[in-house]
Amino acid sequence: MVCSQCQERDAVVHLTQIVENAVTQVHLCEKCAAERGIETSSSVPSHPLGDFLQAVQQQAAQMPGDAARCSYCGTSLRDFRASGRLGCARCYGAFEQSLKDLLRRVHGSSTHVGRSYVCADEPALERDATLSELRGRLADAVRGEEFEVAATLRDQIRTLE
Amino acid sequence: MTLDLSLLPDGGVPWLAASGEHSDIVLSSRIRLARNIAGFNFSARERDGERLRILAQLRDALPRIPALASAMVLRMDELSPVDRQVLRERHLVSRELVGADGATEMRPASAVLVSEHAGVMVNEEDHLRLQVFRSGFDVPGALQAAVRVDRQLGEQVPYAFHRDFGFLTSCPTNTGTGLRASVLVHLPGLVLTQEITKVLQGLQQMGLTHRGLYGEGSDVVGSFFQISNQTTLGRSEDELAEHLQRVVKRLVEQEYAARRVLARDAGYIIEDKLWRAYGTLRHARSLAADEAMNLLSGVRLAVGLQMIGGLSIYTLNKLLVFGQSAHLSHHAGRLLTEGEANVARARYVRGVLANEVSSDG
Repeated sequence: MVCSQCQERDAVVHLTQIVENAVTQVHLCEKCAAERGIETSSSVPSHPLGDFLQAVQQQAAQMPGDAARCSYCGTSLRDFRASGRLGCARCYGAFEQSLKDLLRRVHGSSTHVGRSYVCADEPALERDATLSELRGRLADAVRGEEFEVAATLRDQIRTLE
Repeated sequence: MTLDLSLLPDGGVPWLAASGEHSDIVLSSRIRLARNIAGFNFSARERDGERLRILAQLRDALPRIPALASAMVLRMDELSPVDRQVLRERHLVSRELVGADGATEMRPASAVLVSEHAGVMVNEEDHLRLQVFRSGFDVPGALQAAVRVDRQLGEQVPYAFHRDFGFLTSCPTNTGTGLRASVLVHLPGLVLTQEITKVLQGLQQMGLTHRGLYGEGSDVVGSFFQISNQTTLGRSEDELAEHLQRVVKRLVEQEYAARRVLARDAGYIIEDKLWRAYGTLRHARSLAADEAMNLLSGVRLAVGLQMIGGLSIYTLNKLLVFGQSAHLSHHAGRLLTEGEANVARARYVRGVLANEVSSDG
């Protein structure tokens, strides 16, 4: 069935409206539905996580950047697709574009409008936490004789210090 | 470490008091906020050292957080499976924190903080999961309290926050506000009048989802439902909470209407069924968990319809939670078999009900 508005794309939203006791049916494609401000069932899925993972899978299948990795924690889009979990806060930056699309599908929006948060000491606190984490990894790498990894970590620590 | 439940502020379950609005239908209102600490990996990538440092950082900060300064800190990895399950039965921890089958080895530094103001799960799917309960129907009240604790906590512990995405969570389905507002409701009227399917579909269309008494993955037993928002991003905390409050208010009205229909059209049949449920609870010598839940559901309806007098909603709430298997094992001081638990449950229920004054209808 074609979209009754643009007459081009396939209709995926079938809307039954009741206006003054008259029932009308409108068939819309996702784009035209979104333009009319209709929340499609795909934006409010019945099982958020299931639909979400499916969306991630579709997305990843189309993307050659499947192997893209977060430079901080090493999580790849493929890992995320398998587990549904991101590895760290920086993954949101690393996969920003893909996540925006997915968030829009899951939540019907990709922008936070609730309470804002600023931590007075955040840069310092975050740096300290990051440093202690990197030092922990450095110790692990040295123990495991992964010297190449250790060298990279040492450079990261020096930059932060 | 053994769990001394008497040390938990209000047993960790002040919402059992049935003091709030519409508490015959709405058992509790809850706000959960998911938060992660900046600088640490999320749970899927965390190493044990990080988990320990997260817990240590939080413990160091506690004295500076008024709402949590006197909190009891319970390390899940130091508790027995039964004690962990007791906390689960009190809704203080999630299934994830208890461990899948209650017996698997726990990851280190999984913990829960319990104060009179709030609970905080540590090293769950997210580093911190703040929970506030209110007795009865009071989602805005729970939100207000949760925001207050969250603000204090966020001043001492740096949260992972992104200008566009909001509070960052391990699973993007929680990102944004990180807020899950939920109510635990008892809807026997809508179940008995077979309106429930339609009603639940309606909730779905309004962006709300339903689960069983114990949230994700739990079955609906005894007409108890947990109803919560599905999405967390793109709407403010207040909007999400108000939306739930508004829709559930309507739901409560529908439940009362269904009960009126039942009383009018099936008066004596219902009355007989509910008194039979009460009779079984008063005299049975063995009660399976689901059976007890269904019978309690019936008696709860009877009290709501004022068919059975002298029995408080508080007592029924208590039976619902404290009559569960882990609580019975905890009380017995050893892990009971299913058969033993059924006998212990019947004895516990009989004892509590015998103490309540009841009219003969």
